[in-house]
Amino acid sequence: MSTSILIIVFLPLLAAIVGGLGNRSLGNVAVKAITTGTLFVSCALSWPIFLGFLSGDYSAMVVPVLDWVRSGDMDFDWALRVDTLTAVMLVVITTVSALVHLYSWGYMDEDPDQPRFFAYLSLFTFAMLMLVTADNLVQMFFGWEGVGLASYLLIGFWFRKPSANAAAMKAFIVNRVGDLGFMLGIFGTFLVFGTTSISAILQAAPAMSGASVGFLGSRVMVMDVLCILLFIGAMGKSAQLGLHTWLPDAMEGPTPVSALIHAATMVTAGVFMVCRLSPMFETAPVALAFVTFIGAATCLFAATVGTVQWDIKRVIAYSTCSQLGYMFFAAGVGAYGAAMFHLFTHAFFKALLFLGAGSVIHAMHHEQDMRYYGALRKKIPLTFWAMMAGTLAITGVGIYWLHAGFAGFHSKDAILEAAFGRGTELGQFAFWLGAFSALLTSFYSWRLMFLTFWGKPRWAQSEHIQHAVHHGHDGPDEANPAWQEDAGHAVTHDVPAPGDMEGTAGYHPHESPVSMLIPLAVLSLGAIFAGWLFSEAFLDSAEFWDGSIYYNEGLIHAMHGTPLWVKLTATIVMLVGLLIAWFAYIRDTSVPGKFVEQFRLLHAFLFNKWYFDELYDRIFVRPAFWFGRKFWKVGDEGGIDRFGPDGAAWLVSRGSVGARKFQSGYLYSYALIMLLGVVAAITWVLM
Amino acid sequence: MGGFPILSLMLLVPLVGAIVCLFTTAHAARIIALATTLANLVLGIILWASYDIGGAQWQFVESQPLFAGFSYALGIDGIALMLIVLSVFLMPICILASWDGIRDRVGVYMSAFLFMELLIIGVFAAQDLFLFYIFFEAGLIPMYLIIGIWGGDNRIYASYKFFLYTLLGSVLMLIAMLWMVNEAGTSYIPILMQYDFASGAQNWLWFGFFASFAVKMPMWPVHTWLPDAHVQAPTAGSVILAGVLLKLGGYGFIRFSLPMFPDASAQFAWLIFALSMIAVIYTSLVALVQSDMKKLIAYSSVAHMAIVTVGLFAFNVQGLEGAMIVMLSHGLVSGALFLCVGVIYDRLHTREIARYGGLAINMPQYAIFFLLFTMASIGLPGTSGFVGEFLSLAGIYQVSSFVTIICTTGIILGAAYMLYLYRRVVFGLQRNEDAAAMSDLNGREWLMLAPIAAATLWMGVYPESFLAPMRQDIAVLDARLSRVAPEYDSAIVIGTPRPNAANQMNDEHGAAEAGEAHGAAAVADGGIAGEGAH
Repeated sequence: MSTSILIIVFLPLLAAIVGGLGNRSLGNVAVKAITTGTLFVSCALSWPIFLGFLSGDYSAMVVPVLDWVRSGDMDFDWALRVDTLTAVMLVVITTVSALVHLYSWGYMDEDPDQPRFFAYLSLFTFAMLMLVTADNLVQMFFGWEGVGLASYLLIGFWFRKPSANAAAMKAFIVNRVGDLGFMLGIFGTFLVFGTTSISAILQAAPAMSGASVGFLGSRVMVMDVLCILLFIGAMGKSAQLGLHTWLPDAMEGPTPVSALIHAATMVTAGVFMVCRLSPMFETAPVALAFVTFIGAATCLFAATVGTVQWDIKRVIAYSTCSQLGYMFFAAGVGAYGAAMFHLFTHAFFKALLFLGAGSVIHAMHHEQDMRYYGALRKKIPLTFWAMMAGTLAITGVGIYWLHAGFAGFHSKDAILEAAFGRGTELGQFAFWLGAFSALLTSFYSWRLMFLTFWGKPRWAQSEHIQHAVHHGHDGPDEANPAWQEDAGHAVTHDVPAPGDMEGTAGYHPHESPVSMLIPLAVLSLGAIFAGWLFSEAFLDSAEFWDGSIYYNEGLIHAMHGTPLWVKLTATIVMLVGLLIAWFAYIRDTSVPGKFVEQFRLLHAFLFNKWYFDELYDRIFVRPAFWFGRKFWKVGDEGGIDRFGPDGAAWLVSRGSVGARKFQSGYLYSYALIMLLGVVAAITWVLM
Repeated sequence: MGGFPILSLMLLVPLVGAIVCLFTTAHAARIIALATTLANLVLGIILWASYDIGGAQWQFVESQPLFAGFSYALGIDGIALMLIVLSVFLMPICILASWDGIRDRVGVYMSAFLFMELLIIGVFAAQDLFLFYIFFEAGLIPMYLIIGIWGGDNRIYASYKFFLYTLLGSVLMLIAMLWMVNEAGTSYIPILMQYDFASGAQNWLWFGFFASFAVKMPMWPVHTWLPDAHVQAPTAGSVILAGVLLKLGGYGFIRFSLPMFPDASAQFAWLIFALSMIAVIYTSLVALVQSDMKKLIAYSSVAHMAIVTVGLFAFNVQGLEGAMIVMLSHGLVSGALFLCVGVIYDRLHTREIARYGGLAINMPQYAIFFLLFTMASIGLPGTSGFVGEFLSLAGIYQVSSFVTIICTTGIILGAAYMLYLYRRVVFGLQRNEDAAAMSDLNGREWLMLAPIAAATLWMGVYPESFLAPMRQDIAVLDARLSRVAPEYDSAIVIGTPRPNAANQMNDEHGAAEAGEAHGAAAVADGGIAGEGAH
């Protein structure tokens, strides 16, 4: 296992370097083949490790690689840790990454910069693997920042687009706010435990659960403050409420990137971190309450915003944000197994939804606005069925009595049961918010499906479609390169009257190439079976987890002991959401317009994402620039320089009229005189 | 290396080169300067390779009494070794950077650079207080010349400002030095480092040195000479200024202020912290609004140097080692960033950010190097910037969480101004035809940037190579400081541990009902209820 883990992690790095540096000389196909090939190798090596842990043949191990830093008592190495938790992440990362590499062959086919894209994808995979195999907090931070870099580069991949550059910067900087918390958490952990080794910290944490420490001038409980600091890092990476603003903008990146980074893997790093440190979080009740609250609040917030977006990718992005909220409040109430299970199933069905959306966008000539879709069911049937599998999975379709359903049915129900079964008031709060969000999830997911695949074609008004038709192309073409992919149209609050929109404009959408359909098929299998196959192990098996997360026996029993109505809640709200969506987008399509008319303020509030961006712009971005200019012009130039060197110059010039004869005006003669003076002074003193 | 005077040889080689350069043609001067600096680089590598880690504190010692107790005494410890290696590493790169850009009086220019190399090595190797002072002050003369003769349009103002600030600092330091030598009866630095001055005197001496080092560092509010000096200096001048001359302040603190005046250092740590905190926020925000590339990087240097000062005054091993690594890393990275600016300045002759844009299209190799150095400046793990910043801030956290939080915001602001710069220069559309027509890196520029890139990654992935030589010296210093390290608010009080995990639920059957019944109590203390409460 130790050799294969080294290959799994470092092969993608090698591919990234070869692909990145060999960019021009190797050519498109060679770079694509190398990066994709290595990812499939990594994937093929990862599954046996996961299955080994599933069957109990393997146990946790650490493979040392290299010393990193030794400074006094601080001492951390490069090392790869493999245990059950890592194994779960390994298969998620390598599988989705390999499929996304393959998918990109088709999706990025027209792009002039393909080697760079594939090199970035492989670099991302390497960083993510370093994150999940970290044996100490600093290496985790290395992976954490590495995926941040890759995310920055991939969001800004189409660097000619101003909006893509802005989104990339925003993603990096907002994440840095979270990283501030993470770094302080690491410093604090080192101060308290004298080590950054995760296993040592987890072992020592319970003994510290009563300890207090000085923080910002007041005494606070050590474990609470450490866990909250670390969790702030998780909030940044996992786009939780307050630090979520970068994720929707990150949709500026190519769609395969959204599937890999902003759905399946990177954004779940925060959940992974909380689960990895779960024994530590279990010593910090206030921190856990905070985690639960933020998770539940994000879950609701993102779901409400998702219901009113028009851009197909933004709907899925908010959906991701919301699903991450589920994972966090599951962790907050102690159901780490359920949190990881939802992470696992979500990776498959959300990657599927994104790649399916990419396939739709591909077919619709880079149009992303759902108002210009419609009636695509018959035109791109394979994509339709894949999206259907994803939707059934995310909305949690399943039958309780048969204990059978799509992936999300198993994992989301478990989370709601855990929140309820936990029995605390905060657990109740999370349960109700989660249940209501499940209704919204069902609504926006079906809204997406109905707007895209049902109804009449509304393609005629789309500029992208018009462009395609005008230039006599069916489907994507070279004249409209991918970097012009539009990230949504101007803000229009109202639904255009259906009559204006209808028509095909003579456009013929066509199904995506095989390289894109294979990943959709594989992920569809995941969306259908992943929940059913693995729910036993993830949810109920202490042996499977083997101590790699805090295993909460009492909560498992409480989950099974919840009343029937709790167990059925998710299914009921799913049906309600479906019904509302069907009514509003199939039965009577004038309903959404009337709703918006009626609740204009509410709609504007949701449509503008609760005005977070505007708020942050006013309280952070603009003041930063304002203060910067003031410090520069008023502080440095008007204050320090004016009364410092410039003032001295003025004095000197006034006083030097008489002494002018001695002044040659040459700087080096001053310097020389000074040097001679110094030598003379020394000589005089020492004589 | 026995008694071979390698340090003197490292001084002699650039001296000979400098004199020869004065009397040759431009082309010959370039070649001689490059050969000389490369020879010194080889000597530097030999020095590093033969340095005995864990051996004597002072190695390669040479001593020649001159007059009145003033002696030509050289010798280095690990700290000085690393800074010398940094200097000799950057020097040939500076010569390469000036290869085509400097056309006037090339011989004098190269000679000034070689003199500067001599004086910089002298500063780090000097073991006599006055020898140190001479090197320390004289090292600035070639810099004045480089800015004043080969600088930009406003070079006289910049060199004047540079001169005035440093002069003020030096005078006070010289007075302090004279007093010290009278008191201790020796000017031998290793002895002075062990000497315990009366604590009242320490305060004045500390301020005397502080005046000089704070300017060199530079610390807020005596930093305003730096942006002007950088903007006006030619590329290589900026590289050596940011790469090595700014390190003189930090070196001064670690060699003089901390070991010689530990009590005063402890007493005035709050002042250092306050100025550093202001510097991080203030200069980072100023960097954010700059439209001149060099000014932006110059302001970022002030912010980075503030991390050095807080690390030094954290009085623990992580802080000290972190500060040293930040200095080494900043020497490489900001030097490289100035080179990156120089590369495009040579082509378009403007430092105005808005004149560029979309360089990733026509200069992809340049974009990669610039990205790497941008990320290193931001402190991305895996690059040298991270290791230093991380250790330094980890050190200061043991002292004060407040100072740490303020200084750590530097990682956010740093990301903001550097990425904003990168975005405007490298990304976006090609707005200007002349910028769009610029050619990618040539062979000479590869030779300049690639070694620094390699060193940056090396220091990020395996910093042990750089930490190991300094470890013993830092430990000695830490031991000397530990007796005066003040009490801090971050002390931990171990209380009674909780009996159970926060979410533990013992009662298997009644949990749900119990939870419902006792839900209110559970929230009050954050959720330890549920555990069999019924």
